Amino acid sequence: MDDGPVTPMGGYAARDRAWQPVALHPPYKTSVKRSPQAALLSFPATAGEITGPVFGHGIIGPQDNDLIHNFTGESAIGPRIVVHGRVQDQFGRPIAGALLEVWQANAGGRYRHRKEGYVAALDPNFGGCGRVMTDAQGGYEFRTVMPGPYPWPNGMNDWRPAHIHFSVFGHGFAQRLITQTYFEGDPLIARCPIVGAIQNPDAVRSLIAPLDMARTVPMDARAYRFDIVLRGRRQTAFETRPEGL
Amino acid sequence: MVHDADTLRESPSQTAGPYVHIGCTPNVCGITGLFAEDLGARMKTGPVQGREIVITGAVHDGMGAALTDALVEVWQADANGRFAGHHADADPHFTGFGRCASDMATGAFRFETVKPGRVPWTDGRLQAPHISVWIVARGINTGLQTRIYFDDEPQANAADPILSRLEHRMRVPTLIAVGQGDGTYRFDIHLQGPQETVFFDI
Repeated sequence: MDDGPVTPMGGYAARDRAWQPVALHPPYKTSVKRSPQAALLSFPATAGEITGPVFGHGIIGPQDNDLIHNFTGESAIGPRIVVHGRVQDQFGRPIAGALLEVWQANAGGRYRHRKEGYVAALDPNFGGCGRVMTDAQGGYEFRTVMPGPYPWPNGMNDWRPAHIHFSVFGHGFAQRLITQTYFEGDPLIARCPIVGAIQNPDAVRSLIAPLDMARTVPMDARAYRFDIVLRGRRQTAFETRPEGL
Repeated sequence: MVHDADTLRESPSQTAGPYVHIGCTPNVCGITGLFAEDLGARMKTGPVQGREIVITGAVHDGMGAALTDALVEVWQADANGRFAGHHADADPHFTGFGRCASDMATGAFRFETVKPGRVPWTDGRLQAPHISVWIVARGINTGLQTRIYFDDEPQANAADPILSRLEHRMRVPTLIAVGQGDGTYRFDIHLQGPQETVFFDI
């Protein structure tokens, strides 16, 4: 909290558009008519970009980070996994209090959504959404079942790799990010036109969560690690306030 | 862009996909009981300061069709130009944050909010009243940032550092919401084509 005006102090480091996916990637057909053709307009960040919504830990319910049980209380069917990691900025500073919202298909690749028509069955005990907030060190963890791959109407025989969607709120609206995490070793990753919109192979690799045996819970759940990096706030010579104010 | 060796790379974006509602507005797609209320569903949590307004519109693709699977988020100052959670004297009944899934049949979005106060530019000049907007959807690989300005602020808009410096003057109206005379403003977003909205790299 700060009694004075929010003074812009450098804004965020510019987004590297060559690292991010391209807007127009014709193999991902829906991008053809949903991609801007004019150049993006650059301008210095002001208070409306540097600030963002502040969510307290109070919005997180006790089962929000347990997708195995948070729909009905009974266990969902499928391989049990822990997904954990750390949210930090580009300068390696942990981002505490970051809100992560996650959603995914069930173990058979079926989403619980009225517009979804895949023949795989719904799991009566799996909703497919959850949320978690990072701790003081930027760490997070949730439990779920491994989502299944699913077919989608793009090419004649396109299948999404197993993935979990992440929506991430950092501290500034300019940091807002939605992404997807994939799982180590999935042969569908290299075949996916949505992944293919990212043209740098190192950038693709940064979205693939490795199996993390050290955090696996024996006789219970395997673990995967997915770290997230948000844009970093540039510091200026005039900076006198801590990060986030 | 040359990458600085001492910095990490931002996580790459991916599309929100057609089922973004499951995670971001679960109550909208029938997943009830997990979260009492969808995040950003209410921007006013009590009697608010300033003028209450409504913003409606839709997101259109390059063929002119309204997206029925977009998610639109807004972030704005309160009526006095203060940001919730960042200014101690911000309106306690105003969150500044709104999130709306476009209607699955019509594509319409709607925000019940307040007219924002003016916020300084980097050099201290006041910007025209505006609302920051972020748009994600199936087919959008990286979320798009834009702003809503207001057609009943002609003087402030004429001096606004962004609006006044747009090279293609015919694009200025793509950032200006049109008052309907009843406190409602219409703001349509065009992802592509002759009416393409100005999107930002902030």
